[in-house]
Parts: sequence; structure tokens; C-alpha cells
Amino acid sequence: MRRTRNRHKRLDGFQRLFLLLVICLTALLGAILCTIHGPTPGLADAVAQFQEQSGVESPVTAVLLNFRGYDTLLEVMVLLLAVIGAWSLTEAPFPDQITEISPVQMGAVRLLAPVMCLVAAYLVWQGSHLAGGAFQGGAILGAAGVLLLVSELPWLRSTPVFSLRIGLVLGPLVFVGTALFCLFFTGDLLGYPEGTAGWLILLIETACALSIGLTLASLFAGGRPEDEVVLEHKPVDQSFNGERS
Amino acid sequence: MITTLLYSLTGLILFAMGLFTLIVHSHPLRKILAVNVMSTGVFLILVATAYTPLGQGEIDPVPHAMVLTGIVVSVSITALALILACRVQETSNLDLLEKSKQSKARKESGA
Amino acid sequence: MSYSILTCFDILLILTLLWLGWRLLSTEDIFKAVVLFISFGLLMALAWVRMRAPDVALAEAALGAGLTGPLFLAALRRMKRIHKGERRLDSDENRGEDHEADPEQTQAA
Repeated sequence: MRRTRNRHKRLDGFQRLFLLLVICLTALLGAILCTIHGPTPGLADAVAQFQEQSGVESPVTAVLLNFRGYDTLLEVMVLLLAVIGAWSLTEAPFPDQITEISPVQMGAVRLLAPVMCLVAAYLVWQGSHLAGGAFQGGAILGAAGVLLLVSELPWLRSTPVFSLRIGLVLGPLVFVGTALFCLFFTGDLLGYPEGTAGWLILLIETACALSIGLTLASLFAGGRPEDEVVLEHKPVDQSFNGERS
Repeated sequence: MITTLLYSLTGLILFAMGLFTLIVHSHPLRKILAVNVMSTGVFLILVATAYTPLGQGEIDPVPHAMVLTGIVVSVSITALALILACRVQETSNLDLLEKSKQSKARKESGA
Repeated sequence: MSYSILTCFDILLILTLLWLGWRLLSTEDIFKAVVLFISFGLLMALAWVRMRAPDVALAEAALGAGLTGPLFLAALRRMKRIHKGERRLDSDENRGEDHEADPEQTQAA
């Protein structure tokens, strides 16, 4: 702590100027925040008014997947783009040998992973009337995947790349498919036909949760899984490692 | 009202701290952490403006939905940025940690 | 009565958040910063609950604390591994011209 303080005392001229600028900006924005008096006009009433038509009881889910479904569609695309970016950048650094993990950790993973999948499914289901939904469920699924990866279970590596790709695009595909279906039947992109909104939202949420979970797990893996071309090169790498150590 | 103000000011200070760290520190991981803290500050301001005390009406769900979207996007972008940072270190031979320390040492010896 | 207790809670939470934020941005050790970031995320989840946003709280607890932390730790490990590998590769070339004292290189030599 003391060392950090000393280092911050030794800021050079540019950094000092920048500190001053940041303080000025903060003071200005703070003054603006302080001038906002009274309750801000919101969209709470508008949302409450159309809640019944949205097909779900939770207002946040209604906003996410019905009133502003377009935003969420684009967000799912951003997730897909992130994975595409990660996969085109580098290869996942899977360890060469799978080390033995302790039985305690193995037991904990065995107990936790199914429970996490169950919680994820429950959160997706619960999203229609309480807090929860595709993102929370997907995040729990992703966390389960990360738990398995951390325990060096080679599930991501042994999954065929093609099915992995299908899993990654499943959510966006179902979302876009539903949007086009709605466009065909009602003339509006994501304007759900009357009476079907609840089911369509649940369908989209389930597909998206699966894809989000897979996306987050593959992002944690840190790159594309090895394909055949890279596997051919692998013996060279291993001999190199052996030489080095 | 005081709660909204308190939390939005907290968000503002977090944003400012993140911004300062983003520019001043050179380590890529520290920069990514700073961007995360900045985004948290922005989310806090957004949600704080939507806050109404218990029993004084409904909460506006639109900012909540926006923040939810923002959190998911920020996590995926963080992951991509981390992979990029690793890739930069793998491909370019320069070690950013070491470089910053050396330049600092050189500056001190020069001054 | 309950109003003042809630305000006390707010102030306590805000001070903890700000302190954690400052520490995580200013500590020298990146590993420590990442661990502080995880706890920061968990406390943020508490703040979201206080702001009556349970959806955001769930997402923050699962994503902000549960996934971002491991992502950072994995990247840190990866960077350290690259760092060490490069060290060993470059040590032969640099030994002659590198005058700065470096404990790891001398050990390798």
C-alpha cells in the first residue's frame, strides 16, 4: 500500500494534468447529477399498460424479449461475434497432458454440475414471471462449463467442432427464425402473433440460454478448438517442450 | 431521492477512477479491469435513476433491461479483449510488464 | 427508523464499494486486483438488490463475479506462461547485452 502511494506521488506532468482533467469532469458531472430533482419520467407506466399483451408477467423479460426484442437480437449477435473473433484470433491453450485432479474436486464437480444445469433451467423457466431469464440461465450454464474446464475435463475438446458450431449459432438462429416467422405472419419483425407471445418467448429464451452458456464456456477456453491440421503439428510441439525442459 | 443521488455519485466516482487508471497504467489486464469498473459505474448511474423507494410506485424496467444487456455484452467483450491481449503478448516479442518497468527505471536513472 | 437504518446500510455499502474499487485499481499485484474485482462484483450484486433490480443482481452475480473473475485468472495464467517461455528462449541471446540485473535469468544461466 505504501509503495503504491509513493508511486502515485511520482506522477509525471501529463498524468498530473490528466488527473486534474478527470477531477474537473467528475465535479461537472456530479453537479449535473445533483441538479436532477424529483422522480425522473420513466416508461414504467407504459410498460405496465402493455404488460398483459406481452405474454409474460415479468416486466424486465417483457421489455427484453417483446417491447425491445430487436436490442436483444443484436446483443445475441454481439455474443456470437465475440466467439467468432476469439476463434479467428487464436487456438485454445489446452494442456498437453491431463493432470490428475484430486478426488475431492472431482466429487464436488460431480455434485455441482448437474445442480447448476438444473438451476439454469429453472432460471429460464422462472424468467416469465419473476427475476431470471435467458441471460441468467445461460450464465449459470456457462459457469458449469467453466467449472468442468477448470477441472480439466476435456468436454469442449472432445466435442465435435461441427456440433459445437451448431450449438453456438442455435440461439441466434432460433431468434432470427422467430423474427422472420413474425414478419411473415404479422408484418412486423418480432411482432408476435396474438396469443403465441408467451410460447415464442420461452422458445427463444431456451435456445438463447443454451447458446449463451456454450459461448461463455468457449470464450473461457480462450480460442478455437484444435482441428485436424493443428493436430498434425502437435508432435513437433511436444518434442520442443521436451527439449526445453 | 437521497438514495438515487448517493448511488449515482458512487457510479460517477467509479467511472472517474476507472478512466484515470485506464490512461495512467500500462499493463493490459489493468486496463481491461479499469474498463470493467467504468462500465459498472455507468450501470450504477442508470439503475439508480430508475430507482423509486418501496411503496412509491413501480420500478421502471427499461433501464434494468438495458443494464442486463450491457452486463452480458461487457463480459463477452472483456473475454475478447483478454484473448487479444494474450495474443499481442504471444506474437509481439515485447513484454509489456517488463517494458514498463524498464522504461520507469531508465527515467529514474536519467532524472 | 427503518429509513435511517437503510441509509446507514447505503453509506456502508457505498464506502466499501469505493474502497474496493480504489484498491483493485491501484494494487501493484494484478492477481490481487483480480481477486478484489471478484469481491467487488459480489458487492455490486448486493447494490443491485438494494436498487430493487433482482434481474440485474442475478446477472451480475453469475456473470460479473462468477465468470469475469475466472476469465481474468485464465488470461493471467496464460500471460505468465508466455512470459516464462519467452524468458527461456531469449535468455541465450540476451545474456551478453543485457546489463540489468535479473534474478530469473541468472538462475536460468
